[in-house]
Amino acid sequence: MTQLIDNSVKEKPQSVDYASMPDEHGHFGIYGGVFASETLMQALDELRDAYEKIKTDDDFQKQFDADLAQYVGRPSPLYLAERLSQQVGGAQIYLKREDLNHTGAHKINNTIGQGLLAKMMGKNRIIAETGAGQHGVASATVAARFGMECIVYMGAEDIERQAPNVYRMKLLGAKVVAVESGSKTLKDALNEAMRDWVTNVDDTFYIIGTVAGPHPYPAMVRDFQAIIGREAKVQMQEQCGCLPDALVACVGGGSNAIGLFHPFLEDESVAMYGVEGGGLGIETGKHAAPLCAGSSGVLHGNRTYMMEDENGQIIETHSVSAGLDYPGVGPEHSWLKDIGRVNYVAATDDEALEAFHTLTQVEGIIPALESSHAIAYGMKLAASMKPDQRIIINLSGRGDKDINTIANIEGIKL
Amino acid sequence: MSRLAARFAELKAQNTGSGSKAALIPYVMTADPVPEITLPLMHAMVAAGADIIELGAPFSDPMADGPVIQAASERSLAHDTSLHDVFSLVSEFRKTDDSTPIVMMGYLNPIEVMGYDSFAQQASASGIDGVITVDMPPVEAEKYVPALKSQGLDPVFLLAPTSTEERVKKLAGLASGFVYYVSLKGVTGAATLDVGAVEEKVAQIRKFIDLPIGVGFGISDAESAAKVSRCSDAVVVGSAIVKKMTLNSGKTEQERSIIIKEISDILSAMRAAMDAA
Repeated sequence: MTQLIDNSVKEKPQSVDYASMPDEHGHFGIYGGVFASETLMQALDELRDAYEKIKTDDDFQKQFDADLAQYVGRPSPLYLAERLSQQVGGAQIYLKREDLNHTGAHKINNTIGQGLLAKMMGKNRIIAETGAGQHGVASATVAARFGMECIVYMGAEDIERQAPNVYRMKLLGAKVVAVESGSKTLKDALNEAMRDWVTNVDDTFYIIGTVAGPHPYPAMVRDFQAIIGREAKVQMQEQCGCLPDALVACVGGGSNAIGLFHPFLEDESVAMYGVEGGGLGIETGKHAAPLCAGSSGVLHGNRTYMMEDENGQIIETHSVSAGLDYPGVGPEHSWLKDIGRVNYVAATDDEALEAFHTLTQVEGIIPALESSHAIAYGMKLAASMKPDQRIIINLSGRGDKDINTIANIEGIKL
Repeated sequence: MSRLAARFAELKAQNTGSGSKAALIPYVMTADPVPEITLPLMHAMVAAGADIIELGAPFSDPMADGPVIQAASERSLAHDTSLHDVFSLVSEFRKTDDSTPIVMMGYLNPIEVMGYDSFAQQASASGIDGVITVDMPPVEAEKYVPALKSQGLDPVFLLAPTSTEERVKKLAGLASGFVYYVSLKGVTGAATLDVGAVEEKVAQIRKFIDLPIGVGFGISDAESAAKVSRCSDAVVVGSAIVKKMTLNSGKTEQERSIIIKEISDILSAMRAAMDAA
């Protein structure tokens, strides 16, 4: 069973100016901010200034758009999954095909943007953290293209479960560093990348892969990913002459979700669902769903919902998908939850696995395990809606990287 | 007068000819490697010449720390060490030492979860004098600083080689107790330091901040401690001491006394070198 969690609204403002968020210090309501050590502040100020500059720089934006078109292969299609819709028997299900991007996921949108920014700032050394390996691959790809050195930090446990991506990064010329501290997953990789950045701050650009971290990362990554929602809006208009009734996306850190949601936030008729990694079930405590079952705290440079114990120590998370296995979430999602604009729900490991097979068999599309969580909830949501309604599910990545994991779970030797 | 202010005033009065006597500040993590060691270790460090103690509160994700302090945090958390344990430890310490200032050092989230006011009340009541919160920069400290100050706690902030004049000035109105200058780009326990560069930066900070300046990161032996003491008001020693916590498991009285002895020897040597400098 998909778990429908009560998202009680804490503060409902009269009218919200979504475009003005965050404030100048990176706050989304009480969330976000810059909770970093003094050793990083100068680098963050420098990055913030550079980012402010390129936001209105035509040359930069032109280059970014050209790269997305010619290198990434955008726009990604908005595809009506007819057989899936029929099988579900409710709303029409459209898939935003981020899985068809170069390198196989939405992550490349952001690394192209940050890579161009690094180049502009004269930094020749790229570092990145990665969970599932998609962001690591996307960073290594951009580094190869720009002729930059690239170091990717990856939890030792993730290295084991995402072996194909590790090899891809190495082929692309990146150095993959196994992180053995803490839970040996994404959060620890992020800690290690921060440590590298503090030490090599002069020549190094840290490409964070999600809408978390200290300001300006949550806003910057969102803006690079918002191309997903902008395209989807135009495509839906072209195909049906209307807005979608609902949007569904998986949420680990939350970059693909915010990318789809953000351009629609002011369209009140569009409902939004962020799907977290429900792991073995919210009630078991073994999950990666801070918005559904966590509390507010400060981690990795921002205030946000997270998985923590009563003493403020971060709890180890569980999800079958390495990309969702993160105890925090982007601060803008925390704010969108509190004001009630987005509904945050969870899909369990089993539900995601089932959705993985369904989409593969019914539509001939192998989704990433992360995206399979969105498919799982999206199917359930569509079933509760009418045939003249439309939902868009963000198919954030392709599942090639996950076939070893799936085979293992199902006891198949490849 | 706060214990920190009193201690720095005392040291200033003991002018050694070449300026104030510098404070020696060892850092230890609470309950590392076992809870039983920290109290006797603190007293032993004072006996060996420590003027102020920096007491670590563990955090699961210590982003600004190198492998040595990270491991200390993990060893401490293996005993489920919480802020309440830090408070109890300091209360015990205060039963026999009411003058040595204690500065708690940790990360924001445990304090955030407890609530700034509740934290400040309990920390102050236990006998803690100052608080260093690594990931709490001045720009976010609007509620944090008043919460600490209202309970008589000194908010100690960090400055780095990359801190601009603007950032240094901003700190002047917020910080009290002392200012902690992080002498290296990098995490705790990183490479060796350039004393000349430290001297230059400390002089620059003094132009804007009228507080004692402690220097830490990269001070690993008596020689580097002596050099740094000449241009600063306090020398902070962390990783060099914490490394000794892995000499043994610390489970028996005898094992713990070996660790305490080794750390006392390091501090005595540093104290002697600093006083001769």
